Amino acid sequence: METIAFYLFAILTVAMFTFTVMSDQALYALSSMAAGMIMISAFFFLLDADFLGVVQIIVYTGAVMALYAFGMMFFDTTRAVKEKNTSKIVVLTLSVLSAVMVIAIFTMPIVADNITAVFPVPEGVDNPQAVGIVLFTKYLVPFEVAAVMLLVAMIAGIVMAGKKMDRSLTKMKEEEITMMRQEEIQHKVTL
Amino acid sequence: MMEIGLTHYLVLATVLFAIGLIGVMRRKNLLMLFMASEILLNAVNVAFAAIGHYYGDLTGQMFAFFVIAIAASEVAVGLGLLIIWFKRTGTIDLDTMTSMRG
Repeated sequence: METIAFYLFAILTVAMFTFTVMSDQALYALSSMAAGMIMISAFFFLLDADFLGVVQIIVYTGAVMALYAFGMMFFDTTRAVKEKNTSKIVVLTLSVLSAVMVIAIFTMPIVADNITAVFPVPEGVDNPQAVGIVLFTKYLVPFEVAAVMLLVAMIAGIVMAGKKMDRSLTKMKEEEITMMRQEEIQHKVTL
Repeated sequence: MMEIGLTHYLVLATVLFAIGLIGVMRRKNLLMLFMASEILLNAVNVAFAAIGHYYGDLTGQMFAFFVIAIAASEVAVGLGLLIIWFKRTGTIDLDTMTSMRG
């Protein structure tokens, strides 16, 4: 049963992410990436990491996808996205890097045979409880630092995206908007 | 049928990482480039969770959590910067970003 689930979700994930990478329509790429993120969370459920799977769905398909959707609306990427013609050197670098990584990953379990668990899974508790125990004892400081980092990122996002938000485009008259546009163009020319 | 082991998950993570790498290499649009970087982070998360599971250790999951937190803040800051760049130049092509002048 686990085998079937693994292969099913593996094929689905790889297909979705390949489509994300290869599609020249931003909307299709975005939707297939959202689907791929949900498929990824299936692996977390298979690996008994229930909490991580739930976080994956909430954060990626909830928050990150919403951000990308807003970005897509802002940047007018509805037209087909032009892609660069990758040079042969780049392709060569890519394939060499991938090959090295595959070798590293295949040899890693052999090297790491004498590994011991630093924080073993506690007996008799569910996964969310075990995660909570470890997160709020051993990883409390990184957790707080991550919280501060998210706050800083939120403020940075508001400050950077919110410039000129004092001028409301919905309440301005048409002439005012055209004047503002012309001013912007002149400002750009003088730069 | 074969039992699913750690190697299966690691191979899957490798394939996903390679897909993300291809995306980073071939994308010119910066929004699509960010998407490819999300795929990279997700591939690493799968590997972390799998190794943690097969060694009976919770550290892998912990690192996956922090990777998710970092990915979320990366998207917020990155999109903010992208919006500024779009307001200044009207394009989000990577080729327009070759100069470092303000």
